[in-house]
Amino acid sequence: MAQTGTAVPPTRETVAPPDKIPVALSVNGVTRQLKVAPWTTLLDALRDHLDLTGTKKGCDHGQCGACTVLVDGRRINSCLTLAVMKDGAKVTTIEGLASNGALHALQQAFIDHDAFQCGYCTPGQICSAAGLIAEGKAKSADEIRELMSGNICRCGAYPNIVAAIQQAMGGS
Amino acid sequence: MINFQYARASDVADAVRQIASDPKAKFIAGGTNLIDLMKEDVERPSRLIDISRLPLKSVEDTAEGGLRIGALVPNSDLAYHPLIAQRYPMLASAILAGASAQLRNMASTGGNLLQRTRCCYFYDIATPCNKREPGSGCSAITGLNRMHAILGTSEACIATHPSDMCVALAALDATVHTAGPAGARAIAFSDFHRLPGDTPQRDTNLQASEIVTAVELPARGFAANYTYLKIRDRLSYAFALVSVAAALELEGDTIKEARLALGGVAHKPWRDPSAEAALRGQTASQSTFTRAADLLLRDAKGFEHNAFKIDLARRTIVRALTQAAASTPQSQSNKKIR
Repeated sequence: MAQTGTAVPPTRETVAPPDKIPVALSVNGVTRQLKVAPWTTLLDALRDHLDLTGTKKGCDHGQCGACTVLVDGRRINSCLTLAVMKDGAKVTTIEGLASNGALHALQQAFIDHDAFQCGYCTPGQICSAAGLIAEGKAKSADEIRELMSGNICRCGAYPNIVAAIQQAMGGS
Repeated sequence: MINFQYARASDVADAVRQIASDPKAKFIAGGTNLIDLMKEDVERPSRLIDISRLPLKSVEDTAEGGLRIGALVPNSDLAYHPLIAQRYPMLASAILAGASAQLRNMASTGGNLLQRTRCCYFYDIATPCNKREPGSGCSAITGLNRMHAILGTSEACIATHPSDMCVALAALDATVHTAGPAGARAIAFSDFHRLPGDTPQRDTNLQASEIVTAVELPARGFAANYTYLKIRDRLSYAFALVSVAAALELEGDTIKEARLALGGVAHKPWRDPSAEAALRGQTASQSTFTRAADLLLRDAKGFEHNAFKIDLARRTIVRALTQAAASTPQSQSNKKIR
């Protein structure tokens, strides 16, 4: 056997950890101050620093849409955004959609149409649909399908998701 | 992700100063590609210089009758901009053919130009890749290369450029404006991206410490006869196997001007002046279109899994030119190809 104990650990360039950076976010209408390392994604800031675990981490690479939130009214993938870059932004998560105890029209529509099975993609689907409705570009079912294509549902609840969004849009 | 420092740029000059002082720093704008690559350990910047707040977000008329698009205009804002929809609908269509609504809301115009290939070996740091580690070899040439290039490849790299937007910009003869330590430059779109040759690590001719500030469109927008036809494995949210931006100016049935650019087939958006010349002055017909397609693909070379792209590209070119000539551009929501 070759002598063990002399193995040199692989070298890896490292950069001294920088100080954490103060960030102010208005999350669901409440201003939150936090200090995060630069590499903290908005998704991790929401889930791990602010305990808002409604926003889900699916692929963590911008391919599944489970992490979709609204930033300054626009839907984005929070896994591909650094929290430090969003200092001062208004963030709406699934926890912020209901108001005064009443479900958001999309939340109610998803229940009405059974638009989920396991539910893991649902917060992202609903936040994405809220963004879609605000954008006002989707009118037909084809357009809804196309403009919701960034949200994957591995249970395959797509027909019911489209029906729920149409209901919330007032289309059916 | 490795540890990195974070700083904001206060203006374009400050951004250039900051990046010139740290050769391992990178700019970040939308972050949709860079953060992903950092999570995969493909990109390991020492510092991110946040340019997302710089005032490069306007779309303005130029004296020449074109438009100047700020480098930080989000892809979605550009696609839905009334002047783009009206005067450059092929560009709007190409943008909407790519990515998802969320990603388009984040991704910037300049960042779209600078996105890296989605070659699976470039992404997998356990495999050799000349683009990631120059000199280490190309895993794709003898590996899984179904998505890879058929034109302009080299022995060092057969990766494709992933952008849809850039295919339309190439067809439109856009110009890329940059700023750097030596001042401002204007780069013709066809000179912006590079073929791999023996330096596949360089995607573009952007110099170190240069920043993209704007993309300029000339007056000619081909709003009457155009299409962007993208063929992919899924109906939405997938990279192109082959895509074609086709634009014509017609007088009756005669082609006065023609533009043809392909995506998904090369290391850069692919244009071929001889194929466009073969269209000019000819009658818009299937045989004219087929001749141009054959000319464009004369040097196409398939690898083990992607040879199908050559015939797919030929058919896509003919169909795209047919759509453009008939003023029936491909819908990006109803995906039926007519």
